[in-house]
Amino acid sequence: MSAVLIGLLAVPLVGAAILVLVPGPSRWPWYGPAVSGVTLVLALALAASFDYGRAARPQFELDRPWIPGLDLRFHLGIDGISLPLVVLTALLTFLCFLYLVRHKPDGDRFRALVFTLLVLEVGMVGTFLALDLLLFFVFFEIVLVPMYFVIAVWGGGGRRAAAVKFILYTLLGSAVLLLGLLLVWANTGTLDMVRLAQQHGAGMSRGVQILAFLAIGLGLAVKAPMWPLHTWLPAAHTEAPTVGSVLLAGVLLKMGTYGFARIAIPVAPEGAAVLAPWLGAFAAVGIVYGSLACLAQRDLKRMIAYSSVGHMGFVLLGLATLTPVGMNAALFGNVAHGLITGLLFFVAGGIKERYGTADMSRLGGGMLARLPYVGSLLTFACVASLGLPGLAGFWGEMLALLGAFQPAPGLSRPLFLVFMAAGGLGTVLTAAYFLRMLSRVTHGRPTALTALPDEGPYEPEETGEVTPAGAAGDVTPAGAAGEVTRPGAPGEVPPPRAALRDVTAYELAAWTPLVILTLALGLWPKALLAVTDPVVQAFLGAR
Amino acid sequence: MIQSIDYAAIAPPLILALMAGAVLLLDAFLPRGPRTRSTLGMFTLAGVLGALAVVVAQAVRGERLQTFCVPANLAGGRTSCSFVVDDLTLVFGAVVLAAGVVVVLLSAAQLADGTIPAGEWYFLLLCTLTGAVTLPASRDLIMLVVALELVSLPVFALTAFKRYDPRGSEAALKLFLVSVISTAIMLFGVSLLYGLTGSVHLDRIGAALPMSASGFPRRYAEATAAIGAQTGTPADVLGQLPPGVTPGVLAVAVVLVLAGFAFKVAAVPFHFWAGDVYQGAPVPVAALLSVISKAAGFAGLILVLTIALKGQGGLWGPLVAVLAALTMTVGNLLALRQRHAVRLLAWSSVAQSGYILAPLGVAGKSAASASIAYLAIYAAMNIGAFAVVMLVSRTAPRNELDDYRGLAFRAPVPALALAFFLICLAGLPPGLAGLFAKVVVFREIVQGGGGWLAVVMAVNTVIGLYYYITWTARLFAPVPEAGPLAARAPSRAVTIAIALGLVASVAFSVAPQLVLSAVG
Repeated sequence: MSAVLIGLLAVPLVGAAILVLVPGPSRWPWYGPAVSGVTLVLALALAASFDYGRAARPQFELDRPWIPGLDLRFHLGIDGISLPLVVLTALLTFLCFLYLVRHKPDGDRFRALVFTLLVLEVGMVGTFLALDLLLFFVFFEIVLVPMYFVIAVWGGGGRRAAAVKFILYTLLGSAVLLLGLLLVWANTGTLDMVRLAQQHGAGMSRGVQILAFLAIGLGLAVKAPMWPLHTWLPAAHTEAPTVGSVLLAGVLLKMGTYGFARIAIPVAPEGAAVLAPWLGAFAAVGIVYGSLACLAQRDLKRMIAYSSVGHMGFVLLGLATLTPVGMNAALFGNVAHGLITGLLFFVAGGIKERYGTADMSRLGGGMLARLPYVGSLLTFACVASLGLPGLAGFWGEMLALLGAFQPAPGLSRPLFLVFMAAGGLGTVLTAAYFLRMLSRVTHGRPTALTALPDEGPYEPEETGEVTPAGAAGDVTPAGAAGEVTRPGAPGEVPPPRAALRDVTAYELAAWTPLVILTLALGLWPKALLAVTDPVVQAFLGAR
Repeated sequence: MIQSIDYAAIAPPLILALMAGAVLLLDAFLPRGPRTRSTLGMFTLAGVLGALAVVVAQAVRGERLQTFCVPANLAGGRTSCSFVVDDLTLVFGAVVLAAGVVVVLLSAAQLADGTIPAGEWYFLLLCTLTGAVTLPASRDLIMLVVALELVSLPVFALTAFKRYDPRGSEAALKLFLVSVISTAIMLFGVSLLYGLTGSVHLDRIGAALPMSASGFPRRYAEATAAIGAQTGTPADVLGQLPPGVTPGVLAVAVVLVLAGFAFKVAAVPFHFWAGDVYQGAPVPVAALLSVISKAAGFAGLILVLTIALKGQGGLWGPLVAVLAALTMTVGNLLALRQRHAVRLLAWSSVAQSGYILAPLGVAGKSAASASIAYLAIYAAMNIGAFAVVMLVSRTAPRNELDDYRGLAFRAPVPALALAFFLICLAGLPPGLAGLFAKVVVFREIVQGGGGWLAVVMAVNTVIGLYYYITWTARLFAPVPEAGPLAARAPSRAVTIAIALGLVASVAFSVAPQLVLSAVG
């Protein structure tokens, strides 16, 4: 079965290589979905044959020396905390490709985009599979360059600055991360994550552990992102094309928090114990700060980006408690956030494509009347994201707060109670900004878009263009939307009316699985918690 | 006494030197024809490849060769040889000669327009290579200096070959003055070392100087006496120092030698010549400066530091660490503002010198291996980048970064190759070669306890990424107005050169073990 692990990496890689060598397949619109679909099938096969009875141990292990001079081994494996993330990555990538079949971003370099996304997938999946510190780092780095190009080439207006900010920030984080990993290696003489986790920090003095946790934690915190290291995120999210935002929020951020759970906390437990209050404090500030920042946003995508800061704050808070409850909450929150925010960015991208803007004040109200399906999906995603019980977003936040209520022995309980209170305040604020946004965008009477002078004449006249049922009735189409519509859209230059179609089949296909999984995890959280819990127990076992 | 010469050991420089003479003669006596230039190029290439083959053969046989030896009974307690072929020699030889092949190929394109006399060009090129191959094998100070000068002197002339370009003359003059000064400084340091120890052989100097892990300021005489007492040798045999020598003299000698080499590798604060010289020189010469002559400088530096001054790590270690930190920072900061491709590569290669110096700064046991590994990988990616720059310079003589805009659509293969080289230099996947090279250096520093240097280098990696990635992004940016540059058939030689660089970089990416195992 370890061949499947290789397959998970090899399929997208070979798919990308074929794209470079042979120009043919790129004209076939289903090439991307096919390659990522095979990867998804492999991931599902892995999930099916995974032995859930012993989820704590890495399974399907593959361990080969790669570079003896560096002590680097090609060591892959999968256990309870990486399995959900691998499946999530494969799923989100596949859905992105599905979405791309009809909704191509700006520019005609579609083949390059498919190539970039496939390479990105290799990096993302590899990060979750790696069981060797340096190998983890290599995969961690692989995502940087493709993501840079996704933002810099297919992004919005301020893409260049956003892309440069993204890559410089995250590379600075990675460099510090590398120093931390090498520090661990220099003191323990091994790069094997499994052994290091079993040692629970043996071989490293307290000082070294603190330093190692600090360096590794800083590197991962940039990626997560933890307040105040988050400033690259809003720009990157806002400028990235829809698929870029989805993968950035859905997978790339998880690599940071996954690293905490997989490396930082098990490898340097003493360091973690010393620095956990700080991590918790920054997480709590991040929750409140993210929510407050959301309240001040006008741009839909920017608001979702800041909401990610808040949600990842919950994940980090869960990790900081160093309890099984908190860690499980973090891992659950990871997956839930990937699903929900992925959906949110999909819907926001769809809205931006239709209206030509994601500025809330210019979107006007009444989306539920104008585009009932898109409006409902947006409402669903927002409600899930604000943590409504019964949906996936609830459990991550609730368990994280529960973990903070009773932190690990040795951590100051009053302090964590304060964090819990801050987190509680954050949930209220989260509800506030999402509901405020919904009231402004989805509810109310549909109003005309306010056309800005530089965006062409206002065209109020109605044409006979077919729009899905109900949507056409009271639509007041806006010239603004049509004018901004990208020339790169498939086939023809779409008339203004096409911009306000309700949900398309491809969008539904890409979004429905996320809706279903959000519901399923919300109603049956044990499905995921049962998988992650054994690993968490093992990691925290010797405490 | 008759010295026997082991011709198998000195074969690589010998072949190159003989070939240099042959090329000069051929140039004088061959009938002038349209094919003269390429014939001379072929001869040069054959010479370099022949030398490379000998180096590979020596590596395969794997035995340590030495020649020009002074027997043990002559003034000193051991047999010392001036010319030694060991792992270090072979790695440097292979790097220099492989880069030499690329430079010869690039030269073919440079000489194609006929304004530069081919015979002299190839002669000088072979002379430089002879020096660069001899230098890593040198194990005495005089031979080191002579070899280093043999590397430098022909480069002045090569730099000045663009006769009608005032930049070329300025560059040559600048390089000449800097080089002469640095040689003078180094000679002063070398003569002090000789005066202190009474020997020119590196191993004898190393044995004669006191082993002080913590270095200065410890009283020299005390240290000598202590070692003498430990080993039971009288202090005069061990030290052979004239009475009354103060410890300061050794410090001055070390600093002067270090400064001399710092000029050669363009380390800050002796870096200012790099930008102008690289830009003024023909592109193949810039490539040669940035890889071959730099490798030679590092070979000399590593030999002196790790053999002759191996006991003085406490003295030169911090100095080198500061030099390394300054070099990478200043180089990167200067590179940030460049708009000219070769100038950017000039400052970036200054910054890379800093990374190569960094492991020596912690003076650990495997510091030299880490430096050499980085240097070898750097050579592959940098020479590749220069090959693509050469290709572009044929259609865009100004060679500004804006000329690279949209290269991916005009010439996809060279553009992708350049993107790969740049990402390698930045040290990011998919350019794994650069990443592993940086990991090796980082590992050495972290192990050696140079925490602050590691942090400085981490920050520098990020600064470096900025200009590499913006250049890379430019390759893929759409051209504002579709004005195709004057189409000129891509030179086959340059294409082969790019391919060589690419193969080497990809090989180092997949299996950096190739380098790591060679340097031990």
